[in-house]
Amino acid sequence: MMKDSKVIAALKDAILRSGLKDGMRISFHHHLRNGDGVMNMVLGELAAMGYRDLTVNSSSVFDVQSPIIDHVKSGVVGRIETNYMGAKVGRFISAGGMKEPVVFRSHGGRPSAVENGVTPIDVAFVAAPTADPMGNATGKIGKSACGSLGYAEADARCAKHTIVVTDNLVPYPLEDAMIQEQWVDGVVAVDSIGDPQGIVSGTTRITRDPVGLVMARTTVDVIRASGLLRDGFSFQTGAGGASLAAAKFLKDVMLAEKIQGSYALGGVTSAIVDMLNAGCFRSIMDVQCFDLGAVASIRDNPRHVEISATRYASPTSKSCCVDSLDAAILGATEIDTDFNVNVHTDSNGFIMGGSGGHSDVAAGAKLCIIVAPLIRARLPIVTDRVTTISTPGRTVDVLVTQKGVAVNPARAALRDRLAEAGVKVVDIHDLKAAAEKLTGAPRRPARGTREVAKVVYRDETQIDSIKSVK
Amino acid sequence: MRRSMLFLPGNTPNIIVNGDALGADNVILDLEDAVAPDQKDAARILVRSAIKALGFKNVELTVRINSLDTPYWQADLDEIVPLRPDLIMPTKVGGAEDVLTLDACMAEVEKKSGLPAGTVKLIPLIETARGLENAYAVASASPRVAALFLGAEDLTADLHCPRTKEGAEIFYARSRMISAARAAGVDVYDTPFTDVNDDEGAVKDARFARSMGFSGKAVISPRHVRAVNEAFSPTQKEIDSAREVLAAIRQAKEQGRGAISLHGKMIDKPIVVRAEQTIAMAEAIAKGGSK
Repeated sequence: MMKDSKVIAALKDAILRSGLKDGMRISFHHHLRNGDGVMNMVLGELAAMGYRDLTVNSSSVFDVQSPIIDHVKSGVVGRIETNYMGAKVGRFISAGGMKEPVVFRSHGGRPSAVENGVTPIDVAFVAAPTADPMGNATGKIGKSACGSLGYAEADARCAKHTIVVTDNLVPYPLEDAMIQEQWVDGVVAVDSIGDPQGIVSGTTRITRDPVGLVMARTTVDVIRASGLLRDGFSFQTGAGGASLAAAKFLKDVMLAEKIQGSYALGGVTSAIVDMLNAGCFRSIMDVQCFDLGAVASIRDNPRHVEISATRYASPTSKSCCVDSLDAAILGATEIDTDFNVNVHTDSNGFIMGGSGGHSDVAAGAKLCIIVAPLIRARLPIVTDRVTTISTPGRTVDVLVTQKGVAVNPARAALRDRLAEAGVKVVDIHDLKAAAEKLTGAPRRPARGTREVAKVVYRDETQIDSIKSVK
Repeated sequence: MRRSMLFLPGNTPNIIVNGDALGADNVILDLEDAVAPDQKDAARILVRSAIKALGFKNVELTVRINSLDTPYWQADLDEIVPLRPDLIMPTKVGGAEDVLTLDACMAEVEKKSGLPAGTVKLIPLIETARGLENAYAVASASPRVAALFLGAEDLTADLHCPRTKEGAEIFYARSRMISAARAAGVDVYDTPFTDVNDDEGAVKDARFARSMGFSGKAVISPRHVRAVNEAFSPTQKEIDSAREVLAAIRQAKEQGRGAISLHGKMIDKPIVVRAEQTIAMAEAIAKGGSK
């Protein structure tokens, strides 16, 4: 390698130089989402080189990465640690396809575990839409631009060996770089790191579903009634249709009432970018871009700031962005009458998701609102006990459905405020009963006894165990 | 209070199930135009079961039935009236005789079901030129008639004129309906704004309808419910002004004064009635709905 370049011609050579051995831990980030080509490329190379029993630690595993199933079957991959898992790989894991249980963390818990030696990374493979020959890398530009590279930062910084894989090698120095050269050992240039179509969504339309719109408006009513919507307000919401609608309605209220918030946090969509541009917030703190509008904004607007997962949500950092959040809107696959939320498994018990930042945001935000329809696909959303606890009920404040708003009994003052403001507050048990009146009480799917995944909370305690599906 | 009356097709369980959650003051479960002839029985059974299971406790309920010139209307009444919806909306009502026919049939069903006569009210849909010219006779034909409802789509077809967003072609019909209904002492509701993608147009149309004197307006898209509710809700300025009027009246009574003026203008009876209506509506809205 030349002194002024870390570029290595072939991925295989970069792996050989990394000192990677059987049984070690390698890491990936998920910023390229369902367009990622790097995990498949690297695992394919490792399989060809004869590696065995590796631990794959990836901030998420998407369906596009389902070739990992073959690598598990062949013994190349022995363990998976992640924050989110798509349904394809999830089904394989739930069916008992892997000997060792998958370890689920959160977006904040993962960098904490990496930094504190709980999950030391031996070799980090960092997919980079643009990089220079010394390893400075960004996701803001390039044909595979994905915006923020926040989830890769802790890996690159803490791994024993870091390899940047890029399809857009630019001259040194790349000034604005989330991944910095002092952490990088090698740079590999490839033709493509992924399919741009799968990396970000071009869709930014809010839902037209009347129930989704009702829930979005009610969510904004809840935020207003909470008293938190004032100058300096901080906010996070997701990428679903109802979340986008809530952002739009919140924007209308903030503009009408001339409220300027401090920051929006996320997981960022065009709806949030619109709020920034309209003057609703002073800045966006962005760990991940969800759509093309967000990618363009983080590239062009200095008030749209790229942040690391550590700064976003790590519980062991001296502070992090979720700790200062006022209100957050989150989804749920199920919520139980103790307000525990499941976003890991479907109604049949198959893995099809993961916490992502769910439990971090719920823990940090002063007002954590779960938005979910009372019934989804003929199943009631409110249950006696969720199939999997992803986010503990003690961190959830409010459930918004189209038929009413339930407030965690531990938040009596909030409940009174909402009721006083005219929000239709109901007991969560009544919501469950109303849904079951229409659907009947669903029968639980038969579960195996074998643990196929552990749900590890942001403080490293295991809060649930996902069993195999018969 | 019926600011908005939301049409929901009677053969769409996913939508009906959320009918009481969409913000409308009144929900109209439709057995007529929204349902194809070969689905009439299925829709009637679905609507019947939905009313039984859901109750619609938080919203006023109307069922739109098939017109008297179809073979369905009697079965519609037989199935639906015993469930005590607030209103039945008969379609293509052309004159007082139609109301009397419906009235007699409903009274029979009510008797069989053990309900007091007149429990379920009528809101005739006026959507023909004949019906329009007979609007007063329709409105005053029976105490069962609670309101009139203008259906402009069929009416404009009958009038041989195109239906436009601006609605100049229905200005006469709107005026005539309002006059007829008010003369008969019943409420009157405006035809829906049918471009579901035009939110601004919906607001404009609703404001215009209110300015003409309609009690409320039909909605075919849940997205327009809020706009229509807002258009037909008293503004804060109107509420403040109404409170001022009523306070002045109270004060004058206490002081034994006959003629009352406020800000240099005489307060006569219509102003007082309007002020009372405004406050009653504001209080109903504050309580959260029509029921």
